[in-house]
Amino acid sequence: MAETTLPGLVPDVPIASRGYWSSVFRRLSGDWTTILCLVVLLIIILSAVFAPWIAPADPYKTSVIRRLKDIGTPGFPLGTDELGRDMLSRLIHGGRLSLVMGITPVINALIIGSFLGIVAGFVGGKINMVIMRTVDVFYAFPSVLLAIAISGALGAGLVNSIVSLTIVFIPPITRVAESVTTSVRNLDFVEAARASGAGGFTIIRVHVLGNVLGPVFVFATGLISVSIILASGLSFLGLGVRPPEPEWGLMLNTLRQSIYVNPWVCALPGVMIFITSICFNLMSDGLRSAMDVRA
Amino acid sequence: MESKAQPLLLVKDLKKYFPILGGVLNRKVATVQAVDEVSFEVAKGETLGVVGESGCGKSTTARLLMRLIEPDEGAVIFDGEGVGEQHGLSVRDMRRNMQMVFQDSYASLNPRLTIEESIAFGPKVHGVSGKVARERARALLAKVGLDPNLFVRRYPHELSGGQRQRVNIARALALEPRLVIFDEAVSALDKSVEAQVLNLLNDLKREMNLTYIFISHDLNVVQYISDRVLVMYLGKVVETGTVEAIYGDPRHPYTRALLASMPSMDPGNRTTAPALTGDPPNPINPPSGCRFRTRCAFAEEICASTEPRLEMIHPAERHAAACHMEIAGSGHSKAMATSPPKAPPQPQHMGVVA
Amino acid sequence: MISYLIRRLLYSVPIALGVSLMIFMLVHLAPGDPISAIAPADAPPDVVERLRVDYGYDKPLPIQFGLWLGRAVTGDLGNSVASGQPVAAEVMSAVGNTILLSLCAAVFGFTLGAVLGFVAGYKQGRAMDKIATAIAVAGISVPHYWLGMVLVIVFSVQLNALPAVGMGPGGSNDWAWDWLHMRHLILPAITLAVIPIGIVMRTTRSAVAEILNQEFVQALRAKGLSERHVLGHVIRNVAPTVLAVMGLQLGYLLGGSILIETVFSWPGTGFLLNTAIFRRDIPMLQGTILVLALFFVFLNVVVDLIQTAVDPRIKRA
Repeated sequence: MAETTLPGLVPDVPIASRGYWSSVFRRLSGDWTTILCLVVLLIIILSAVFAPWIAPADPYKTSVIRRLKDIGTPGFPLGTDELGRDMLSRLIHGGRLSLVMGITPVINALIIGSFLGIVAGFVGGKINMVIMRTVDVFYAFPSVLLAIAISGALGAGLVNSIVSLTIVFIPPITRVAESVTTSVRNLDFVEAARASGAGGFTIIRVHVLGNVLGPVFVFATGLISVSIILASGLSFLGLGVRPPEPEWGLMLNTLRQSIYVNPWVCALPGVMIFITSICFNLMSDGLRSAMDVRA
Repeated sequence: MESKAQPLLLVKDLKKYFPILGGVLNRKVATVQAVDEVSFEVAKGETLGVVGESGCGKSTTARLLMRLIEPDEGAVIFDGEGVGEQHGLSVRDMRRNMQMVFQDSYASLNPRLTIEESIAFGPKVHGVSGKVARERARALLAKVGLDPNLFVRRYPHELSGGQRQRVNIARALALEPRLVIFDEAVSALDKSVEAQVLNLLNDLKREMNLTYIFISHDLNVVQYISDRVLVMYLGKVVETGTVEAIYGDPRHPYTRALLASMPSMDPGNRTTAPALTGDPPNPINPPSGCRFRTRCAFAEEICASTEPRLEMIHPAERHAAACHMEIAGSGHSKAMATSPPKAPPQPQHMGVVA
Repeated sequence: MISYLIRRLLYSVPIALGVSLMIFMLVHLAPGDPISAIAPADAPPDVVERLRVDYGYDKPLPIQFGLWLGRAVTGDLGNSVASGQPVAAEVMSAVGNTILLSLCAAVFGFTLGAVLGFVAGYKQGRAMDKIATAIAVAGISVPHYWLGMVLVIVFSVQLNALPAVGMGPGGSNDWAWDWLHMRHLILPAITLAVIPIGIVMRTTRSAVAEILNQEFVQALRAKGLSERHVLGHVIRNVAPTVLAVMGLQLGYLLGGSILIETVFSWPGTGFLLNTAIFRRDIPMLQGTILVLALFFVFLNVVVDLIQTAVDPRIKRA
């Protein structure tokens, strides 16, 4: 780009400069994989939200005579489970608990972890040491082990598994938030802001948050995939919700005994976990590349 | 430039040592003497150039002045008021009067803020209303040669390096400071762009009655823009004086070596021998006495045992140098003796510069 | 290097202590009186009181922790509530089975992940790259306990080719390196191997891509080096990064095996944990997790040291 001291001679065309988020959106709209994943996720989420109106049958209604029907049985498009309940309805309803158990911990951890990480990164010193060394201790557990340890001690239940998964995801988010904050804090524009006489709180609000929350948010969306697998995994071990609630992991657990009778119906809840998890993963990747300003 | 009665900025014995951590327990094992007892003054309306090799403490000095790092010792007096002292100027007020432009034009702008928001940030912090701050930002953009209508809504990554540095200058000026520090502010720019920005700086200084501290490793640029020059070596001031004195009659061997390493346009002035060889010594354990003695062709015993003080050579030119050869009676064979010399004349050394 | 080794080991001491503290606190996370987790439900009050004194639950928490830690260091992890047997002995025999399974899965998963990543990094943007990337994403996103079920459905239920549960014929827990036993290892090891494939593949791919974009590789090609020799240079540069990731993944395999062991009734730590959870056997839960977590801490140290030794760019004094 050429230089000029005369405003009238600035050679480049006056492009209407786009805001950051609109340019992110523009890049996302050209990424078909991400759009497809968003559509699939939207369908899953919406059908979970409106489950009572969409599901063809009552997900709790058992029947001894129509147990473990095949996929494609008239009236039961995806067959029935070991107690004769309609699989399609249970899968649609199951999304409610599975999504809540998978997404809530990441949101909780995002709030708590970003707070801890930004404080640790910006304040530094002793506070940083205390927070980050504690995080290190949690890092000494593989995530599955940590989730099972806490859930195992707390006992089964929806709230308990959300609590234990929140604890699992706070350390990684804190670490990312801390490292991004530390690197942002050392950039010249933060120095320049300090040189303008701005206080720590103003600098965090104007200069740090905007540059830290983006990457941390993208990282957190990537964790949702892990969280959904782990949440259903806890239910699969009997540490999540209790029967007869429809939940994908729990359904896998109870159907596991029946794989010799009707194997493919038994595998269905896992397909739902797989699809949801892979869509969150790909969407996170798409978001990551769309949010890279310099790309 | 004539010196006024009261300097705008007076720096006394500024000192900053950085600890180096290491060992099994991450204890302090050494210190880097980044800035060691640096004193100087800047008169109202002048431009003080600061030169020296990388790592000599130029940038640390700038950051100490802005209080981006806390000095270990020393006093900074701005227009007669001690900065950060009890009855003096608060750091916040100092920062309204003193601003800084950084080297990396990209890193010094927040990528998520528009140009307008970046420039208006400083005034807003100091209580100027958003509307006034934005108007000021537009006026400043015009002043630094960027059409406000084209640039206010742009983001830093949409600008060229030269344009970004103009924005940074506008941002520094937004607080209406009296003193601006440029820390290698033009070093990363193309030569042609650099010349335009330098001219801009001169124009702005005249229009807005500014005082500059201009830090650079580029001797040509410093000669062009400065009224007075400060030469630093390993955290110490080794020579200071007017541009004419420093470039026309350098006294410290280090200054002479630096000047000799300047590329010359005159083929008759061609030099083949390197003026300075080797890297500067490690600032963790600087040499005793004169810190330059390890690379100096004139080093003698006295240079290792005693640290030379800054000696006034020519008061009219405010020319001073910290070299035993300039201190009468220092004991250096080339120094003027206060008493008749006892030692027989030594064979003449060849100069540092061939 | 020696100084770094000492510092790294010293650094892991507070981590190990923190880990122990957390695991100790698990008892107090559990709802109700911690003693109720140890004493049988129908125990008379005087027995409960004696147990409380025996276990030191009448003392303040820091002292309890000290006592517990002191016992743990000497190898006494308490007795299982369910079986009455010492926890340490049960955990140790289970850990062996878990490590056997994890190592087999690691060999398989790391090899496949590294090869896929290498090919993808070499053929960036081509069909092979896309296929390998798709496999990696699927590997990361798949609920592995479900994958285990699917493999059982295909190979045990439909094809009747491989056993679905246990680690030996007739439910025996004694391992031997013969086909009768190894058949039992195949399905769980493949399932577990899927966990690291995605991460190892992605790491290898980006490391290879980065090295290939560097000028020294162009220089090697420009001076006429055969592609085979260039490959050698690439491997040498990629190795430290990939090895480090593999080391950490080995730790995650130990954790991830819990669910897989449940699916395949593999008598390892995961199986032990699962039974401990069901019987609310807190000492067993604590003991198993302590051993696994400390192993993970140890593994982290080893990975760091290996990386320091292999990568000349890391100079830690």
